[in-house]
Amino acid sequence: MRERARDQGGPGTLTDDLVIPEIDPSTLADEPLAELAARYRLRPSAARPGVFAYARQLWERRHFIVGFATARNVAMYTEARLGQLWQVLTPLLNAAVYYLIFGLILGTSRGVPNFTAFLITGIFIFNFTQRAFITTSRVMPDSLPLIRALPFPRASLPIGYVLIELEQLGMSMVVLTVIVLATREPLTWYWLLAIPALALQAVFNVGMGLFLARLGAGADDFSQLLPFLVRTWMYVSGVMFSIQTIGYLRDRPTLTYLLQINPAAVYISLVRNAILQSQRNAWPGSKPYNAANCAAYHAATAAGTKGGPVLEFSAYCHGTVTMPGLWLWGIGWAIVALVVGFVFFWQAETRYGRG
Amino acid sequence: MASGPVATDGAEPTVVVDDLHVVYRVFGAGGDKGTAATALMRVVKRQRRPSVREVHAIRGISFVINHGDAVGIIGRNGSGKSTLLQAIAGLLPPERGCVYTSGQAALLGVNAALLDDLTGERNVVLGCLAMGMSPQETKDRYQSIVDFSGVGNFIDYPMRTYSTGMAQRLRFSIASAKNHEILMIDEALATGDANFRAKSHERIVQLRAEAGTVFLVAHNLAEIEASCNRVIWLEKGKIMRQGYDVPAIVDAYLEATGGEPRKRDKPEHNEHSAAG
Repeated sequence: MRERARDQGGPGTLTDDLVIPEIDPSTLADEPLAELAARYRLRPSAARPGVFAYARQLWERRHFIVGFATARNVAMYTEARLGQLWQVLTPLLNAAVYYLIFGLILGTSRGVPNFTAFLITGIFIFNFTQRAFITTSRVMPDSLPLIRALPFPRASLPIGYVLIELEQLGMSMVVLTVIVLATREPLTWYWLLAIPALALQAVFNVGMGLFLARLGAGADDFSQLLPFLVRTWMYVSGVMFSIQTIGYLRDRPTLTYLLQINPAAVYISLVRNAILQSQRNAWPGSKPYNAANCAAYHAATAAGTKGGPVLEFSAYCHGTVTMPGLWLWGIGWAIVALVVGFVFFWQAETRYGRG
Repeated sequence: MASGPVATDGAEPTVVVDDLHVVYRVFGAGGDKGTAATALMRVVKRQRRPSVREVHAIRGISFVINHGDAVGIIGRNGSGKSTLLQAIAGLLPPERGCVYTSGQAALLGVNAALLDDLTGERNVVLGCLAMGMSPQETKDRYQSIVDFSGVGNFIDYPMRTYSTGMAQRLRFSIASAKNHEILMIDEALATGDANFRAKSHERIVQLRAEAGTVFLVAHNLAEIEASCNRVIWLEKGKIMRQGYDVPAIVDAYLEATGGEPRKRDKPEHNEHSAAG
C-alpha cells in the first residue's frame, strides 16, 4: 500500500519534473540528528505524555471542555425557529412516541405499577447513554479540522460531547420531574439518590465514549453499525418493559441476572428506584419472601392487570440483584469503563490527526 | 547545487527534523461507481476501498533550525508546505522519522478551523481556552483580541456568516494573542485587507522578537524576502534547496516554476546571508 501511495504523490503534484537532489543527512550536523536533538533537550513534537501527565493536561483544559460543551449546546438549536425550546420538546416528543407504541399499542405495561413514569424514566436515562455513544463514535472524524489546527489533549472532545448530553439530560430531568409528580409519585428524600446514580452513569458514558471515539476514529463502518447495536441493547435492558414480568425469564435466573446487571439496566433501575416510590416498593427481594403474594403477583401479571396494589407484590418474590448490589454494579461499571476507555483512547493520542 | 551544510556550532537548535515522512489518508477520492453492488464486489474480492487513498505528503525531510531563525517555506501547491508545518506542530503524526522541538509550536493556519456555527465571541473564548489560557486571562485579553481583529459588531454573529477575510482576521487575532516559543504562520494573512496586513505584519515582527523561531509559508515571495533569513524550497514532499541565501533560492525557484524574476531595487534586508 505504501509503495502505491508513493507513486501517486500529493494531490497537487505537478507532472513536469524537477530533479530533486538527494541530501545526505550527515551534512546537517556532525552527529545523528536524534543525538543532536537529545543534546539540546528537544522533545519529539508528536510525543505522547504518560497516562497520568495526560490526565493532568486534561484537567488543565477543563474550562475549555466545559465551554466547548456549553457553546455547542447553545448552537445546536440556533437554526430552529423555536430555538432552545427544543431542548424540552425533544424529550417530551420522545416520551410521547414511546408511550403511544409501548404503553397503548403493544401493551408492555402489564405488571408494572405507574407504567407512564416507569417508561419515561427508562427512556430518558437510556437516551443519555445512547446519545453519548453515538455522538462520541463520530467525534474524531467530525473534529478533524480542529484536531489538525490546535494542539490540546484530544480526549477533551469525547468528554465534551458527553457533557453536552449531560446538559441535555439536565433539561430532560426537569421535564421528567414534572411528569413523575403528575403521576402522583411522592417527592421524597430518595430522590436525592438520583444524583449519584446519574453521576455514575455519566462516568460510565465518559469511559465508553473515549473507547468508542477511538474505534470510530478508524473506520467509518463502526459508527454506521453502532446505532443498531445500541438499539438492540435498549430492547434487552428493560427500558419499555420490566425484566421481572417476562414469563420466559422466570425459570432462567442466570439470564435474568445478566440482563439485570447490564450497565444500562443498572443505571435505569437506580434512577427508577430513586424517584419512583412504586418501583422502589415493587423491587423483587425488597420484602421477605412470601410464596402466596409472589404467586398472586404472577397471576395478576398473566391476567394483564393494569393497576392496584397487587402489582407491587413482586417485592415478595425472590430478587435477582439487591438494591445495594445494584449500587455496587453501578460503581463497578463506571470505574471499569473509565479506566479501560481512558487508557485505550490515550494509546492512540498522537494518531488522531491522521484521519 | 545541493544545500550547503548548516552550521550548528554556536547556535542553539530549536527544531530538528530527522528524516520525516508523513502519510495521511484522504476519504472520498475518486474511485468506483459508488454503488452497493461495486462495494460488495470489492469486499468479496478483498480489495481495498479505492476511495480511501494514502497520500505520502512528506517524503524524507531533514533539517535543523536554530534559535532566532525566521524560516520561509516556498514551493508549489501541493508540495507539502502546510503538511510540514502541521507535522512540526505535532498535529499530524510522522509515518517515519521524527520532529524534535524545544516547546509547543503554535500554528496559525488558513484552516485553523474554529467552530463555524458559534459566534465570534464564543470562538475567541474557546480558542483562548484551547490554547491553554485560564478563564481570567481569556477575559483580560478578550477586548484586545476583538479590537485587533476589527470585525466590529460581527463578533456577535455566527462565524459561518463571516467573509473569508474576516474569519481569517479573527483567527489570526486569537492565535497571536499568546506568545509562542515557535510560531508558524501558514498563509494566515493572504485574504486580509491592506490595513489589516500592515497591522499583522507589525504583530508578526513583534511575535518574532518574542518567539525563538518563526516559520512562514507564503506565496507572496516579497513577504518571504522581507521577513525571513532562511528559506526551504519544497518540491513533492522533499527539499529542493534550502539555505540562508534567500534571494538566490527565491530566484532559482521562480526560474524553475516559470515565474517572473523578482525585481529588487534595494539591497536585501538579510543579516544572515553570509552564513549560507
